[in-house]
Amino acid sequence: MKVKLREIVPFDKEAEEKAIQKDHGLHPDDKYLKPGRIPHIWCPGCGLGVVLTSFIEGMRRKGLSVDQCAVVSGIGCTGRVAGYLDMDTYHTTHGRAIPFATGLALAKPDLHVTVFSGDGDLFAIGGNHMIHAARRNVNLKVLCVNNFNFGMTGGQVAPTTPLEARTSTTPLGNAEPGFNLPYLAHAAGAIYVARWTTFHPRQLVHSISESLGKKGFTFIEAIAPCPTGYGRPNKLGSGLEEMRYYREMSQIRNGADLRDTEIRLREKIIVGTFINTDRPDFMENYMGKVVARARAKGKGKEKGKAA
Amino acid sequence: MADKDVLTGEHFIHGDAACAEGGIASGCRFFAGYPITPATEVAERMARRLPQVGGVYIQMEDEIASMAAILGASWGGVKSMTSTSGPGFSLMMENIGLGMMTETPCVVVNIQRGGPSTGLPTLVGQADVMQARWGSHGDYGCIALAPASPQECFDFTVDAFNLSEIYRQPVFVLGDEVVGHMTEKVIIPPREELRIVERGKPQAKKEDYLPFDFKGPMPAQMAVAGQGYHVHVTGLTHDERGYPVITDAVQERNIRHIVDKIRKNADKIIRVESVFLDDAEVVVVAYGCTSRVARQAVEDLRSRGVKAGLLRLITIWPFPSNMIRQLAKQVKAFIVPEINYGQVAYEVERTAQGNAEVVLMALMGGSIHRPDEIEESVLEYF
Repeated sequence: MKVKLREIVPFDKEAEEKAIQKDHGLHPDDKYLKPGRIPHIWCPGCGLGVVLTSFIEGMRRKGLSVDQCAVVSGIGCTGRVAGYLDMDTYHTTHGRAIPFATGLALAKPDLHVTVFSGDGDLFAIGGNHMIHAARRNVNLKVLCVNNFNFGMTGGQVAPTTPLEARTSTTPLGNAEPGFNLPYLAHAAGAIYVARWTTFHPRQLVHSISESLGKKGFTFIEAIAPCPTGYGRPNKLGSGLEEMRYYREMSQIRNGADLRDTEIRLREKIIVGTFINTDRPDFMENYMGKVVARARAKGKGKEKGKAA
Repeated sequence: MADKDVLTGEHFIHGDAACAEGGIASGCRFFAGYPITPATEVAERMARRLPQVGGVYIQMEDEIASMAAILGASWGGVKSMTSTSGPGFSLMMENIGLGMMTETPCVVVNIQRGGPSTGLPTLVGQADVMQARWGSHGDYGCIALAPASPQECFDFTVDAFNLSEIYRQPVFVLGDEVVGHMTEKVIIPPREELRIVERGKPQAKKEDYLPFDFKGPMPAQMAVAGQGYHVHVTGLTHDERGYPVITDAVQERNIRHIVDKIRKNADKIIRVESVFLDDAEVVVVAYGCTSRVARQAVEDLRSRGVKAGLLRLITIWPFPSNMIRQLAKQVKAFIVPEINYGQVAYEVERTAQGNAEVVLMALMGGSIHRPDEIEESVLEYF
């Protein structure tokens, strides 16, 4: 058949470079951001900026350079984080950030791999991957931004939406309770579990930095305002007012009993570092036991042959 | 350790094991999979063999995760593969699309069984041909190789890895239950006789490097994690920097590239075997286990003086359209035996453009054709 195509508009590197704002590089955090990627796509009042800067600060505090780190994201508002960071970043398919990151982390064990994704991505479509990676204790740092809804698609109910909360697909109230994420992460085997809100950036930075020093599967839930998707139908007001709500409702209780950390609508939110423990990660078990046995067997065979 | 990666010598192994050995000989050091009949033996072989060569074997929670993990490993700079059968292949489609869009080299072995759905778990099928070509949403180019023996399971897996590195995309080894479970002699050549395409490193400075090249017929040199290039890899439509750009103009560049790198290089990728084609009046077009039966039929017919030929597809995708188009002017008919209700037969009919008759000999799965059935179909034209 004959194929008719439109004329290609070629990539203009010079024009793209010129378009990068002149002040890129002036802010101390700019070296962590890919040139030409700001302004970001997030709504006014969104908590993602706070979590992003907390991540950068956590990395800096841990003394990690961008060359030692990689970020893997799924799909959604939080999924877009990867595209802003000036390091090796992977924006994958919906829910699949963790298995993609598993491959990356196992293929390149010296890399600090962080999965930066939303509650819907990690716990609805990606829930199974999440619990299995925690069970295996893959060396991954999961940073879950929880805004209690599917924000990118316009505010639908998520597995974290509290009972009775309103969203565009639960206009008369949610008939399901939400997941208690820290309890779930702990039960699945995470070696580090914390929850903070974007009203607690100092504690969040500390937890991120602490988790980056752990070898194994860590989980941090960062509760973030979503005035557009979640705040509006639940009458939480603007982003600032939603922050005020989290300040008033939050109660710091490090080491809390995780049966008590379920989030209910208009009830207190327990935050803190809940779990900080250690156990061998996947690679330690795999290299130390499986590969070591294969090597020992191989040597035995060679000896046998020589004899 | 290194001497264990290429098991030079003669082996008596099944096709599944030969696929695993082909992978390891190609430098595959990461395998993520999920048990599924009749491909489980590929994973079992990998679970035993990869630790011997310092590679990573991981059994994931499902095929979605397996496919995602091998993409991640590939970006970690390690050659990677998975294996599955129909139901798992369906689950992999999502991340196969991600692999196509992000131009990620890796190999997917599909040992086909009867479908759809759970179908015939333990019995043969060849009905994933079109799924391999079109299974993930959107447009992309496809390379699929169809081995007809355990030896070819080894050889074609090596070839699949090479093609995946050259064209930077997932490449399929489209086997079938008969070939996967067939045990035959497999000769693994000495390491120096194997042609292995190694992944290079970009030479450009970070500020000059572009991770994607949509201009030419070939992809850009891949920069994997930790090389300092800070590549952003996304399943979104992206420009040459890897940045997401949601416009029709960038979509044109991005998608035409991932289709054209296969389409425009098709002559270099297509592999066929021609048996008695020069003066053939009726040509059997077959692939995988079916091509073994077809060969028997064509040889029998020739010994009786019947001018039959065999066009054996080694690559089903890209499809050898030009060759069929030419042959169509010379032959009376194409006979297409396949274990599905018409997949390659439609391609043959399309490319024959009415110049020759096309006969589909369809089996729904669970058994293979008999040579005498094929001979009968050919003889109807003499």
